[in-house]
Amino acid sequence: MGVEIQRAGVSPDSLKNLTDSEDSGHLLEGSVILTKLESIVNWSRKYSFFLYPFVTACCGMEFMSVAGPKYDLDRFGAALPRFSPRQADLLMVVGTISHKQAPILVKVYNQMTEPKWVFAFGVCAVSGGFYDNYATVQGIDTLIPVDVYVPGCPPRPEMVIDGLLKLQEKVAKEKWSDWPKGASPVSKC
Amino acid sequence: MEASVTLKKLKERFPGSILETHSHRGDDTAVVKKEDILKICTFLRDDESLLYNFMMDVTAVDYIGKEPRFEVVYHLYSLRYNRRFRVKAGVPESDCSIDSIVSIWVSANWFEREAFDMYGIQFKGHPELRRILLYEGFEGHPLRKDYPIKKRQPLIGPMN
Repeated sequence: MGVEIQRAGVSPDSLKNLTDSEDSGHLLEGSVILTKLESIVNWSRKYSFFLYPFVTACCGMEFMSVAGPKYDLDRFGAALPRFSPRQADLLMVVGTISHKQAPILVKVYNQMTEPKWVFAFGVCAVSGGFYDNYATVQGIDTLIPVDVYVPGCPPRPEMVIDGLLKLQEKVAKEKWSDWPKGASPVSKC
Repeated sequence: MEASVTLKKLKERFPGSILETHSHRGDDTAVVKKEDILKICTFLRDDESLLYNFMMDVTAVDYIGKEPRFEVVYHLYSLRYNRRFRVKAGVPESDCSIDSIVSIWVSANWFEREAFDMYGIQFKGHPELRRILLYEGFEGHPLRKDYPIKKRQPLIGPMN
């Protein structure tokens, strides 16, 4: 088995470095091929997010800033905004979600193919922010599962980049059994 | 003052319907009986010396604790004479309704729907009085002063 890997030009040590995962050594004690595949798939996933920017409010300006050349999310692999949810795997919820908007958000989430992750960008998406009123959803986690919360009104670009790096760490530790997750628990749209 | 021509004519024509008037800084305002709103608005639109042909806004105010509790406010504009006029009509909570003015100015349609949506005031004779900004299934009227500030609406599911 080791010979085959050598022939493919990938040594076990270099794979271990690729994963960036502290417990990859532990995984090697189990099913070698399977754990390595999991790690290398996660490694490639975490550096190739395809964003779907669900932009509803002023945080959109900050999203443009962080996606633009000055802060440049492309450096971390999250380069291409896709404007079809079916081509995206990272749902960026940028801004306030009203009750009327909520079914649309759930529909977009359900249309995305798995694996998929959700990034709550700004305090309105995280918790409703100061819009504690009749019109606003009090945090998108009441609708769909959220992976990273980045508060701030709006968040600094550094916070967004930090959130993205945290999401990359999370993706690196995922297991095959984490997917598929299925539709949103509140979806009837 | 030329602007008060409107008030003068209105008082002459409807002496029993005008409850109160003022012209603070040139803003002519008449508080009228809600039963006569159709007659008064038709007069304001059609009289040759007034011609308030542009209905700019219909909205409402909740003066909770006072009687009548609600006030429906109309803002009118005369393109011909470059004049503005404000009409207010008190609406009590016990009979929370007023005649619709859609038959006079079509543009009142969505404004009246909004006032109904936010305050629950019924506009009698409106062609399609249903919610415009909020969704079907919303409970209550959120701009009423006694709407609970922490109330949560059941739209999406039990988690919300």
